[in-house]
Amino acid sequence: MALSKEQIAQRIAKEVKDGYYVNLGIGIPTLVANFVRGDISVEFQSENGILGMGPFPFEGEEDADLINAGKQTITALPGASFFDSAMSFGMIRGQHVDLTILGAMEVSQNGDIANWKIPGKLVKGMGGAMDLVASAENIIVAMMHTNREGESKLLKSCSLPLTGVKCVKKIVSNLAVLEIIDGKFHLLERAPGVSVEEIKQATEGDLVIDGEIPEMNL
Amino acid sequence: MIKKTVENVREACAGIEDGMTFMLGGFGLCGIPENIIGELVRRNVKDITCISNNAGVDDFGLGLLLKKHQIRKMISSYVGENAEFERQMLSGEMEVELIPQGTLAQRCEAARSGIPAFFTPAGYGTEVAEGKESREFHGKMHVMEKAFEADFSFVKAWKGDEAGNLIFKGTARNFNPAMCGAGKITVAEVEELVPAGTLDPNHIHIPGIFVQRIFKGERYEKRIEQRTVRKR
Repeated sequence: MALSKEQIAQRIAKEVKDGYYVNLGIGIPTLVANFVRGDISVEFQSENGILGMGPFPFEGEEDADLINAGKQTITALPGASFFDSAMSFGMIRGQHVDLTILGAMEVSQNGDIANWKIPGKLVKGMGGAMDLVASAENIIVAMMHTNREGESKLLKSCSLPLTGVKCVKKIVSNLAVLEIIDGKFHLLERAPGVSVEEIKQATEGDLVIDGEIPEMNL
Repeated sequence: MIKKTVENVREACAGIEDGMTFMLGGFGLCGIPENIIGELVRRNVKDITCISNNAGVDDFGLGLLLKKHQIRKMISSYVGENAEFERQMLSGEMEVELIPQGTLAQRCEAARSGIPAFFTPAGYGTEVAEGKESREFHGKMHVMEKAFEADFSFVKAWKGDEAGNLIFKGTARNFNPAMCGAGKITVAEVEELVPAGTLDPNHIHIPGIFVQRIFKGERYEKRIEQRTVRKR
């Protein structure tokens, strides 16, 4: 069975290590916060200006002056701090944030990512994604392996306008965990019950399958 | 003490003209200069260029200026959540320049700080870098971006004093500090305006030197865009 969005987030949460400052993008990445182990210390950064972002507020306690990058009302945890946008992106470009998790429309086998624009269709903008992918050392992409038509989103080269070049190192899709090494997708783990053959079919880019591929542990 | 207070929003916006470039603070609807936007709508100033991370929603924030076709060009990083914006962009009625969010913030900060241009890795290898100089530093490619030039910076702070010193609250800080002093004239609207000497100088986020005019906003709606809550 392919993973649900929650399960993708659950698998990515295993990549979050003790002491990490983490930036979560909009969509599936936001869900990752719900699955991070309780016994490790992690701080979430939202690029609109908070470190130490907490869960949604209780009803009646929403504060219009306290939102995340998705414009959702949030809370600040003990130890949190607020800062302005220039400093926020200083943290990001200066590589002080340990892990960036974001979504993608397409990823290519050399690590290019496209996630901000579909020409001729609606253009909403890149927000902070270009700054994040250009600077982060450690980027994990959360995405669906194929589009609604069943076409692969893991490609030899991206067809959509790029957000960044040669920056993605790890992908967690609804079918697999993959790493990008030397211009190729390397299959690391399969979603429970998904065969290597299914993953091969769903991957247009070059896929390296080295030995027995384990099922992922959620 | 050099006094920066003006009576009201009308006095604060003296000198604005058609065709000018304005910077406006805020992220989504959080920390936007609501009273100043209201005054820009009332004065019906036209052909303006707005530098603002977002473009409001259909019936609030910069959406109010859009509805009256007052904006000629928007420079932003993200413009979802606004149907009228999409319509004007797709029909070509309004020009839109989308740039990376960190670049937007830094172009404000550079303008304030006397840095004409800087290099950032953001956007290298993408259409954002087209026509711009790029250079390698420490084995990595960077794109040259220039400081903004704006006639007015319009910002919103939580508290301010007569000297123009500002304190922001929560994530309503966002782009407001970087825009202070970045335009030729900075106008700050605040929820609480206090006499000089009331605010602890240790707690000031933006010193008054970057602010030319300050006033207390008449009213704040502080609309929430995405009200998300959890169960008790």
